[in-house]
Amino acid sequence: MPGSLMLSDEDRAMLNGRRGEGAGFAMRILVRAAEAMGAGRLLDVSSAHIDGCLYHGRAGLDFARRLVDGGAEVSVPTTLNVSSLDLLHPGLVRLDRGTAAEARELMDAYLAMRCRPTWTCAPYQLPERPALGEHVAWAESNAIVFANSVLGARTGRYGDFIDICCAVTGRAPAAGLHLDDERRARAVFRIERFPERLLMDEAAFAAIGHIVGRASGTAVPAIVGLPPSATEDQLKALGAAAASSGAVAMFHAVGVTPEAPTLEAATGDHAPAVDVSIDLTAMRAARDELSTVEVGAAAGSVSIGTPHCSAFELRRLAALVEGRRLAIPCYANTGRDVLAGVPGVAEALRRAGVTIVTDTCTYITPIIERAATPVVTNSGKWAWYAPGNLGFDVAFATLEECIDSAETGRLVRDRDAWGDG
Amino acid sequence: MAEATRVLVPGTASGPVVVLDEPLSFWGGFDPATGRLVDTHHPQVGAALGGCVLVMPAGRGSSSSSYVLAEAVRVGTAPVAVVLGESDPIVALGAIVAEELYGVGLPVVVATAPALVTGPRVTVRADADGTVELADG
Repeated sequence: MPGSLMLSDEDRAMLNGRRGEGAGFAMRILVRAAEAMGAGRLLDVSSAHIDGCLYHGRAGLDFARRLVDGGAEVSVPTTLNVSSLDLLHPGLVRLDRGTAAEARELMDAYLAMRCRPTWTCAPYQLPERPALGEHVAWAESNAIVFANSVLGARTGRYGDFIDICCAVTGRAPAAGLHLDDERRARAVFRIERFPERLLMDEAAFAAIGHIVGRASGTAVPAIVGLPPSATEDQLKALGAAAASSGAVAMFHAVGVTPEAPTLEAATGDHAPAVDVSIDLTAMRAARDELSTVEVGAAAGSVSIGTPHCSAFELRRLAALVEGRRLAIPCYANTGRDVLAGVPGVAEALRRAGVTIVTDTCTYITPIIERAATPVVTNSGKWAWYAPGNLGFDVAFATLEECIDSAETGRLVRDRDAWGDG
Repeated sequence: MAEATRVLVPGTASGPVVVLDEPLSFWGGFDPATGRLVDTHHPQVGAALGGCVLVMPAGRGSSSSSYVLAEAVRVGTAPVAVVLGESDPIVALGAIVAEELYGVGLPVVVATAPALVTGPRVTVRADADGTVELADG
């Protein structure tokens, strides 16, 4: 709705190039996007997380160069998402030289704008993170859903291009999940009984996230019946899966996440349009929908850490692989800052034969060889995207099932844990 | 012809209609090298979307979809217009950036119940003042 967007004097000055051509270009894109969203004004953001540093072709480079050449720099603390390369472990990524050079050029362009070289999809694992109610401009679907749901910070569903425009201008459209009313749940999911054997793992959470994503449409879902013991890693797994199978940018876990002490608090005055029960049968169906091979099939490799492993997840993995012989390659994706914080764990993982991947992820760049498929993963997100992205067969499993599969070279299923009868 | 509710990105374009039954994430679901739908979970996997007027209920999933759409415009494999059942800022932004970088207009409109079926050509005219016309041919 052109014309309904009110700009501040400062916004207007930036639009007219007072802070340089690059900032002016960023403000123009932001204004056009805000108009498309129907925003009435822009608001200040205190941090940004950039997804545009992952290479998908020259368009992203053309865009970043336009900003850099115009002298644009970020005006708020800005972290960078995964890239197409692992700078700490060169040789892991098997991109052709030309693409690798352009991917590197794209990364350098974002560094030139003074973004921090964090190269992680889990910026919420870094020490400084936004507080409840704080407005931020985060891209990367799993980071968005985590910021809104678990931290209670407020970000729209930002993506490539607008992320850096918000970072440069320090502004974001006052629309969507920045606004109180838009954060209320309009879909309700009820977990009938959370499987006890899966309480300590992420897989059931990812399976629930998968179901929620499929059925929510664009509504904010509230989930009733998640265990109060749910950890940030488990909520990460749920959100990432829901943001892959659907467009979920925020969920409420009643009794767990900060804006949902009760179902009524989560829904506000809205009568939910969707009310769905999730039982163990539905969780198994989600698990199987995320798997393209059968139990017992040969497994080619294991991939953990999509989104990036936390320090706790790395420790748990190290404990599980200790003293065991892995028959197939095992990859663990994590952030370089998290890894630097646990040098002993990293050493133990390497000793056990686990390949640590930083700065990027195994589902977006060529690391795993086709010969090393099907891939067993504990990530609903990995399992959802890999068949299309990489053309690989995949099996979704708990972390323990993943490591059992790595040891035996076959897809192992703990039938008791999932209640398969 | 259709009840068009909003213009997200103005422009004019013509092409054969492709109606998707489910939302599509351009990233992970569309290959800009071939212009085809590659999401193996999508019922219309394999559909050719290059040059079409793409009609879909909503966008979905990854926040990289703007980039993939802009890249598809750059290499000439993108749809020429997108008609959404629900507003999607990520799709709109891809079109906005493509226009700013490459001067190629890709109209994006929200139309709640467009009377469009896969096959026949239509022309999408989306004006900056908010009026939308979906005409045969």
